[in-house]
Amino acid sequence: MSKYKMHLLVCGGTGCRASASDAIVENLKKELNNQGLDESVQVIMTGCFGFCEKGPIVKVVPDNTFYTEVKPSDAKDLVEEHIIKGRKVERLLYKDPVKKVTVSDEEGMSFYKKQLRIALRNCGFINPENIEEYIARDGYMAIGQILSENTPEEVIEIIKASGLRGRGGAGFPTGLKWQLTRQTKSDQKYVVCNADEGDPGAFMDRSILEGDPHSVLEAMAICGYSIGADTGLIYIRAEYPLAISRLLTAIGQAREFGLLGKNILGSGFDFDIELKYGAGAFVCGEETALIHSMEGKRGEPSLKPPFPSVEGYLKKPTNVNNVETLANIPAIILKGHKWFSSIGTEKSKGTKVFALAGKINNVGLIEVPMGTTLREVIYEIGGGIKDGKKFKAVQTGGPSGGCLTEAHLDVPIDYENLLAAGSMMGSGGMIIMDEDNCMVSIAKYFLDFSVEESCGKCSPCRIGNKRLYELLDRITQGKAEFDDLARLKNLSEVIKDTSLCGLGQSSPNPVLSTLQYFREEYEAHIIDHKCPAGECKALMVYSILEEHCVGCTACARACPVGAISGERKLVHSIDQSICIKCGACFDKCKFDAVLVQ
Amino acid sequence: MDLVKLNIDGKNIEVPKGITIHKAAKSIGIDIPVLCYMELKDLNIENKPGGCRICVVEVEGRRNLAPSCSTNVEEGMVIKTSSLRAMNARRTVLELILSDHPKDCLICAKSGNCDLQDMAIRLGVRKIPGQEFAEMSTYRLDTSPSIIRDMDKCILCRRCETMCNDFQTVGALSAVNRGFQAVIAPAFEMNLEHSSCTYCGQCVAVCPTGALTEVDHTPDVISTLNDPTKTVIVQTAPAVRAALGEEFGLAPGTLVTGKMVNALRRLGFNYVFDTDFAADLTIMEEGTEMLNRLTKFLNGDKDVKLPILTSCCPAWVNFFEHQFPEMQDIPSTARSPQQMFGSIAKTYFADKIGVKREDLVVVSIMPCLAKKYECQREEFSVDGNPDVDFSISTRELAHFIKEANINFMELENEDFDKPMGESSGAAVIFGTTGGVIEAATRTAYEIYTKKELPKIDFEELRGLDGIREATIDIDGFDLKIGIAHGLGNARKLLEDIKAGKSHYHAIEIMACPGGCIGGGGQPLHHGDSKILKARAKAIYKEDANKPIRKSHENPYILELYKEFLGEPMSEKAHHLLHTHYFDKSKKKFQI
Repeated sequence: MSKYKMHLLVCGGTGCRASASDAIVENLKKELNNQGLDESVQVIMTGCFGFCEKGPIVKVVPDNTFYTEVKPSDAKDLVEEHIIKGRKVERLLYKDPVKKVTVSDEEGMSFYKKQLRIALRNCGFINPENIEEYIARDGYMAIGQILSENTPEEVIEIIKASGLRGRGGAGFPTGLKWQLTRQTKSDQKYVVCNADEGDPGAFMDRSILEGDPHSVLEAMAICGYSIGADTGLIYIRAEYPLAISRLLTAIGQAREFGLLGKNILGSGFDFDIELKYGAGAFVCGEETALIHSMEGKRGEPSLKPPFPSVEGYLKKPTNVNNVETLANIPAIILKGHKWFSSIGTEKSKGTKVFALAGKINNVGLIEVPMGTTLREVIYEIGGGIKDGKKFKAVQTGGPSGGCLTEAHLDVPIDYENLLAAGSMMGSGGMIIMDEDNCMVSIAKYFLDFSVEESCGKCSPCRIGNKRLYELLDRITQGKAEFDDLARLKNLSEVIKDTSLCGLGQSSPNPVLSTLQYFREEYEAHIIDHKCPAGECKALMVYSILEEHCVGCTACARACPVGAISGERKLVHSIDQSICIKCGACFDKCKFDAVLVQ
Repeated sequence: MDLVKLNIDGKNIEVPKGITIHKAAKSIGIDIPVLCYMELKDLNIENKPGGCRICVVEVEGRRNLAPSCSTNVEEGMVIKTSSLRAMNARRTVLELILSDHPKDCLICAKSGNCDLQDMAIRLGVRKIPGQEFAEMSTYRLDTSPSIIRDMDKCILCRRCETMCNDFQTVGALSAVNRGFQAVIAPAFEMNLEHSSCTYCGQCVAVCPTGALTEVDHTPDVISTLNDPTKTVIVQTAPAVRAALGEEFGLAPGTLVTGKMVNALRRLGFNYVFDTDFAADLTIMEEGTEMLNRLTKFLNGDKDVKLPILTSCCPAWVNFFEHQFPEMQDIPSTARSPQQMFGSIAKTYFADKIGVKREDLVVVSIMPCLAKKYECQREEFSVDGNPDVDFSISTRELAHFIKEANINFMELENEDFDKPMGESSGAAVIFGTTGGVIEAATRTAYEIYTKKELPKIDFEELRGLDGIREATIDIDGFDLKIGIAHGLGNARKLLEDIKAGKSHYHAIEIMACPGGCIGGGGQPLHHGDSKILKARAKAIYKEDANKPIRKSHENPYILELYKEFLGEPMSEKAHHLLHTHYFDKSKKKFQI
């Protein structure tokens, strides 16, 4: 990096690329070239910065100016003003919505203040397509270190002592998993990286693979050395083309540098990695289903035991770890297990990456130490609820997690606490709901996902989730009966109790948690035929306020089904039996004469 | 043997390590219901997807319930099979399955023989909560020449898949789609007819519900029997007589040959004949072909195709036409007994009784569903008139007998009609695995050596092992025989032949487990292989009781050659009793 005086880091994550960050890079290069600066200022496309709400992001190094919502047309200003004249482009700086001040760097931004980036340590810092940049940030030092200094058993001890647990959702101790796979005797073993990220709205793994692919490759090699495997496989969904292309580039470069392949760093240890593509089935994130899919079989889970550590890919011992879990490994090796285990809570060590989504100001990707409270995440990092609305619930753990309420805001986030509260860590989706969200509809939305993504192998998940969805649908339509609540609960519990894999064992969580914390909302739908949040269309009643109606006929003309009648200049009325509750009359009325209840 | 101590429903027991909770419970008289689980012990077939979740039990310390069919016992386990939690879960799961299953039990082909119906009875389900607004998964009805797929009734037990893929290695059926739309179907949900299905019917034999059933030809047979212009004759396959009684409550393995003949006569068939007659004819042709090939081989002919493979099983013929089309010249060209019968009936016998071909209707009673397809093959017809008009299964015959108000149990024994009802014991054993090759050996030995067999029973060729072999000393020549039942086992032998590693001279192949006695058209054995063993025993008993036990000694066969065919493998025999095969591997991927 020494040749350049200045670097322009442009976010090259999928989100920012969708907002034309490619063109930003191109325009910046053009401008620099025009100004004769292309020798002294380098434009680098990096991985995700996490602050997707304000993307595309351009960061200027070394002064750390953090530009947000940059457009390709801003390239000229950035070069002429910031680089040539040394003046920050004010209009592109971040404005704190709470304090109403302009902030020019990450350190001053509440979004970043409480974050601690271990898994995401290189995302947004380095060019993921250049291995040298990874090496410059101590990349491949961990594998070098263990190959020369540690036995496989010692590495496993380090990982065990660090307290690292699986970030894919279940939280199984990673070191123990490695140890179990190591203990199984076999001529061939495999390291599998589970990159089948499938929670709606979650993109933790994608961002790591796009922003720092080498960290995962290095971790897989470390795992291979520890368990006695010479082959690594990355199971990645084919809908992640950018992650795939960066992984392929990274694998190619690592081979070139002798960091993958035969006799790595002269140690005699062989390890290579190939990609296996998934077709995007959520259930293939379950490790036995994932293995079946890799084998070319139908992607459906099978009963454990046998665990993959005993009988996995091609019936050989296989260690399956999630992307984020692996991304932590090199840092643990280099900084030591004591450093890692000093972060977090008693049983959950280190950090966790979350994808913040929903009704929150700062949508994006964050990494916080375990033990951070939901309140800190939502109000400080997340910047609070959008449009000044009231917080209602937060859903953690993806489609199979539960909804937590205001009462849980001060719960320190870790595996045990979330489970105890009726939700789960999951892979790190975090969806925030405000007062306008109907909790029955939310549960229905997640059930819809589980119905779609169930593999269909076991009957409780295949049929039970469908029946749950139908019950919820009837509730939102106002057609349910009071007994249906008991049925909803029993069915949810039986599905959890009898399903074959994690999908069915957790898919009723959104129902059970909302039923527990928002029962009155369910009752309102059933008994009063009302949706308190005003979200359930079928339960809305449109009527005309006699005292406001001037008989302009605008509503009658707008009504697509002819439900409104009335003479010109006389009060109109809505025939409820015809009304489809589309809201066209409400939108058209200039006299506030249409009442929605 | 390592033992494990555990407690089931309050009883402390010690059971061998590695067995399932279900088996451990069974050993102390606790019968946990299972639905998707199926085990054919002697055939090494086990279907254990753990999918239906009916058999769940409570295991102390476990977060969720455990499927007892697929969870192994562990030291110190405390299990409750009938706790409130387990029973509620079992009932709820069954209600869920029923909520997505048609309720037309009264008119379902499987009514009375349905595992799901039995389960609903056992658990006393009286109501399915929410049924009135429950969406049902529905699929296109798929009718092939032999098998009907009504996937609305599929409960995803995967038994058919296990039979089709693991046991038969045919790969016609597998799970497709996901979630509520998940269903068992051929690839791309094409019709079974366009898949690599062999119509072996093993999927039908194990299907717990009415999702897979046979095409019922009984109505066609009934209308033919009532057509005064037609002479209707019937042939019955050897395995039928050893299983038909089960449909009338008799113990498996009860021979009902005489009652069956009587019943068929009462049903109105003009002549009641025996496929066994044609089985003897098959031995004459196939045995001669085998001897010819062997003689050429012994005379140093390098081009002769050995081993010779039997060709009487129609599912097996379909299998190699689909999967090994390049090996078409290895099986015997002899037609199956069903088709030999039809061919001779519509020529020799029609002439004999002076009935025109088109006025003679041949019906076959078969333990088999592939026979339905076989008799519809174009090459087995003359000017559009098939040699065998209709093939109905053992099960269909039983229904027919019941429908015709015949009290089967009280029927006197009667004998088959002559000439095509006369057969040897060698023909009877066609019905079980190893039987065809034993029958052929009896004849080949005596023709080749011109000596009488010292011992008629070749015990070494019998049994239920999937692949068996034996060496028979034929006057100093070691005849090496291979036997396979189940197409997966057949595949292994074929791969060896393909690789030039096969050391056999002759191989018998039957598609179904146990041979025809375990055919797809037989009374359902519900996974009990003791039933198959009993049927096999009955077949060998019938053989032992026959006065003539070698095909070449059947006087009516000898008369047939004398009067009509000339010699075995003569031109006329070739024309009427032999066939050729087709490459069907390219017929795939039609939707």
